[in-house]
Amino acid sequence: MLTLTVSLYHYLILSAVLFGIGLFGVLSKKNAISVLICIELMLNAININLVAFNKYMTPGDFVGQLFAIFVITVAAAEVGVGLAIIIAIYRNKLSVNLDDFDWLKW
Amino acid sequence: MELLNSISWVAVSFHTLAAVVVISALLVVFSRNIVHSVFWLAACFISLAGVFMTLNADFVAMVQVMVYAGAVCIMVVFAIMLIRRRDMGDTNLFNGQTVAAAGVVALVIMLSGFLSFKSGVVVPPGPVPVNQVDSIATAMLTKYVIPFEVAALLLLVALIGAIFLAKEVKADADSDS
Repeated sequence: MLTLTVSLYHYLILSAVLFGIGLFGVLSKKNAISVLICIELMLNAININLVAFNKYMTPGDFVGQLFAIFVITVAAAEVGVGLAIIIAIYRNKLSVNLDDFDWLKW
Repeated sequence: MELLNSISWVAVSFHTLAAVVVISALLVVFSRNIVHSVFWLAACFISLAGVFMTLNADFVAMVQVMVYAGAVCIMVVFAIMLIRRRDMGDTNLFNGQTVAAAGVVALVIMLSGFLSFKSGVVVPPGPVPVNQVDSIATAMLTKYVIPFEVAALLLLVALIGAIFLAKEVKADADSDS
């Protein structure tokens, strides 16, 4: 009989799969906003790891959850600044395609 | 028997939520319309809040729903509305590096899965205290007060920087584009 259990490894595998999906999007999407979205997916995978290790290794104190909240804060700041940069670039270049952003090429 | 029932219920909800998370994340990457991508991103964030609930992290789940599903998705939708085109179809395409990216990602997933199984930490979960918000607030304002203040400063700097970057620059002599 197949018993359905959940352990630390389940959360680690879910986190690895979500990180991989986000990394695939970062490496292979054309739109700059889509790349930002996939970076958010990767940060969420890190949050799963932090909270899962908090529960399964040190369930008494809340350091993992605390740093998950800090990661959420940094992610919110990052997506705000990133979207502002994309809008500023779009005003100059009229494009959000990452292959067009080659001003710094020598 | 009561404990067994509760454990299997958590396992069932975890597997359902994990399936929803993975499927909606795949739809975020693979949908061709970027507005649909953002909607699937909101679905992914809300089901991730459910995953945090299965880990007894209620406060993190609430912050996840408020910050990610509320603020970040709305901000991304506003940015898409500012730079929209006539039709939104085919706005979220792949570039020419899909095969290389798939290879790198398969390598990363296999390596991290192998390392997590090789580490061999088998710790049964202990009892999680009930009043989490009190403990988090105490830790945040006593031992981790410097990261807390640095995060507040970072939010202020990001706010000012986003306003400065998104502001219209009129007297721009550098017009090489």
